[in-house]
Amino acid sequence: MKIHLKIWRQKDSHSKGEIKEYTLDDVHQEMSFLEMLDTLNIKLVKKGERPVEFDHDCREGICGQCGVMINGIAHGPLKNTTTCQLHMRSFKDGDTIYVEPFKATAFPVVRDLKINRSSLDHIITSGGYVSVDTGQAPEANTIPIANEIAEAAFDSAACIGCGACVASCKNSSAALFTSAKITQLELLPQGQKETRKRVVAMVNQMEEESFGHCTNTEACQVECPEDISVLNIARMNYEYNKSKILN
Amino acid sequence: MENSLNTKIPEGPLSEKWNTYKKKAKLVSPNNRKKLEVIVVGTGLAGASAAASLAEMGYNVKSFCFQDSPRRAHSVAAQGGVNAAKNYKNDGDSVYRMFYDTLKGGDFRSREANTYRLAECSANLIDQATAQGVPFAREYSGYLRNRSFGGVQVSRTFYARGQTGQQLLLGSYQALMRQVNTGKVSLYARHEMLDLVLIEGKAKGIIARNLDTGNVERHGAHAVVLATGGFGKIYYLSTLAMGCNVSAIWRAHKKGAFMANPSWTQIHPTCLPQSGEYQSKLTLMSESLRNDGRIWVPKDKNETRKANDIPEDERDYYLERKYPAFGNLAPRDIASRSAKEQIDEGKGVGELKNAVYLDFSRALQEYGKDVIVERYGNLFSMYKKITDIDAYLEPMKISPAAHFSMGGLWVDYELMTTIPGLFAIGEANFSDHGANRLGANSLLQACVDGYFVLPYTLQNFLADEIKNPKTDINHPEFDKAEEAVKKQMEGFLATKGNKTAEEFHKVLGSELYDKCGLSRSKEGLEKAIESIRQLRKEFKENLIVPGDASEVNSELEKAGRVADYMEIAELMCVDALQREESCGAHFRIEYQTEEGEAKRDDAHFCYSSAWEWHKDPSTPILNKENLTFETVTPSVRSYK
Repeated sequence: MKIHLKIWRQKDSHSKGEIKEYTLDDVHQEMSFLEMLDTLNIKLVKKGERPVEFDHDCREGICGQCGVMINGIAHGPLKNTTTCQLHMRSFKDGDTIYVEPFKATAFPVVRDLKINRSSLDHIITSGGYVSVDTGQAPEANTIPIANEIAEAAFDSAACIGCGACVASCKNSSAALFTSAKITQLELLPQGQKETRKRVVAMVNQMEEESFGHCTNTEACQVECPEDISVLNIARMNYEYNKSKILN
Repeated sequence: MENSLNTKIPEGPLSEKWNTYKKKAKLVSPNNRKKLEVIVVGTGLAGASAAASLAEMGYNVKSFCFQDSPRRAHSVAAQGGVNAAKNYKNDGDSVYRMFYDTLKGGDFRSREANTYRLAECSANLIDQATAQGVPFAREYSGYLRNRSFGGVQVSRTFYARGQTGQQLLLGSYQALMRQVNTGKVSLYARHEMLDLVLIEGKAKGIIARNLDTGNVERHGAHAVVLATGGFGKIYYLSTLAMGCNVSAIWRAHKKGAFMANPSWTQIHPTCLPQSGEYQSKLTLMSESLRNDGRIWVPKDKNETRKANDIPEDERDYYLERKYPAFGNLAPRDIASRSAKEQIDEGKGVGELKNAVYLDFSRALQEYGKDVIVERYGNLFSMYKKITDIDAYLEPMKISPAAHFSMGGLWVDYELMTTIPGLFAIGEANFSDHGANRLGANSLLQACVDGYFVLPYTLQNFLADEIKNPKTDINHPEFDKAEEAVKKQMEGFLATKGNKTAEEFHKVLGSELYDKCGLSRSKEGLEKAIESIRQLRKEFKENLIVPGDASEVNSELEKAGRVADYMEIAELMCVDALQREESCGAHFRIEYQTEEGEAKRDDAHFCYSSAWEWHKDPSTPILNKENLTFETVTPSVRSYK
């Protein structure tokens, strides 16, 4: 296949970026999107040019490190799919594809398509855990958890932290990411003792990191590779208000 | 080096050794802990759990990873589950049984005392992870659910859907971030360790490159812990993340840490086959598929019909034929090797004739589609996503791929390398899995090392370090190491050839897979050593790396990693050549039984090879740790 690429190139966070055009003549349908970029990069390097920097690691859809806007959609056209699991059979011969980084104030560009998502780590740091020290845990079966509760907690815990929710939100809100962790830990008995403190800390941190507010457009769930439910956000708001009133 | 292979295994009966050690280990008082600094490189299960645990105790920890967030370490990708001897199923499991299965699974080439400790600490891990909020699978009663995995006859595997690694890692990541919040852990994401710094023979710090800015930094500490995972990515096509590498442990090796059993890499049987030259990795499909899928190839190597058109009597269900008792559930090394035999005979299927069929048609007939969807639905949809093939209608195509490094830095019972103050944990060390790792034991070892072993053994070391002041990063040894690192990077940039690091990596990987992969021979290994030397020479002369060192430069990062692969590749072949027997993942075709099974030679090779760096990659020195089995008698590993 012949593919025309329009890719965002930006030297570093201080420089101005621009779209540059490339054409690849020998793209195979079986290639993943990132392998297509690898092919482009080998060509660029051999010409002595700088390759397109992009984030990726496991290439199995689970590490959450990859992620770009493809024709304006986070992780591209396939539903519930990370960029590394998107294959070129989703495109046609002669297509023009726009590739840009996830854009949000809280995600500064490092170079080209690489961004800094440590703001998401800061949210977890503020309270996204159960405070238990190593070696102090009771026998696991002394904490029975109903099957459906464990499964529901898992649904929220499945978030891979890629930031697609932020990138697809018109307000760059991290509400889906934050609420998924809050919900997981709130559902389980181990995490409940800290719920009130946790939800306030995490929501406050989210604001400090320059994420926007959620205005219920629900674009985040649509583009989430793990199909994390927006109901998590409702729960987060409920828990937050409850904490504010009761504390 | 005198006493370099002192294993420090405590005296006494096997079941008491760890308790004995813990009772006698030296302590550091809480007030003194805050004066001590520890560097932990890697934030996977081993690194994150170790850093969090040490910080909880009060030590100052510096935690490094090359990813943009510690949550992305490759432990996240493990699917199947984690073993623990809990005997919840009342099916006769015990610490001893788990120890024995692990030892047998490793073909009696692991250290008895470490393997026993692994089984002993396994139950604690489930407790710890549960307390952290890891959503393990539950019975409807609310109690933990577990299942059976390959190579064992009890149900001891705990799991969180097909994403156990992800959930365990997020548990340890959260524990780590909690300590970042207390200020006891300083986090250095997007930092790559490029060298180890020794002062008066002890590990005292590292040189790291900030991958965002290109700055080369010095970090000092009272001890250094390497938790940098495995290096199976050396084969290029592997199940590992693109960034997995050998650099941290290899550079420590060049500073004096011994490398043990480097050639033992597990080749996983159920991966998606390569589809073309551009391919960057192979995806692992959960091994659980082998519970209901039947593996076969056409009997005729000139077969051109589609799978469904080939009649039953023209198919060879070779695992069922060769291993009637275990059939399609034969251990990984055996299943992988058998697949390769079929492929090498020209009976492989698919466009590149590089795969075998994994067929669910009988299971679908027997149980109905609903049951199969419930059991493996996510794997079938993953398969569809990658290959665009509906495996409910036609067989999957699978192929073996490099997966897990059993070898790694040699460590003693305390997980300390031959360099005082340098510890290696998780997949980066060698001790627990022998020549083959059983399923669901990798997450376990990483966690047990980090949560439960290192906090005791590192403290035992640190107790003698309190008198030493903070490491001075202006020490001449830091100057030397930094200079060497910079010189190497400048060398890469100045070469200005026309082959990218990745292209070199692909050539190296395919040569290794061919000659030092599933099966090895004297002739093949000798040829491989020759071609690796040639390739290394070409790498020096013909590498191209654009840009410069003072900026984001992923090509430069790759060049450093490939340079290290070029060196350890030779050691892997030397190790495989030297071991004139077959065991676990190491199959020398000259040493097999009449039926074509691995033939171990306990009389001559009952040891771990611990290689010492000497001048250059071609002249390593062999040290041996003789393996003694006090409790079990090594038997012939049979799965027939």
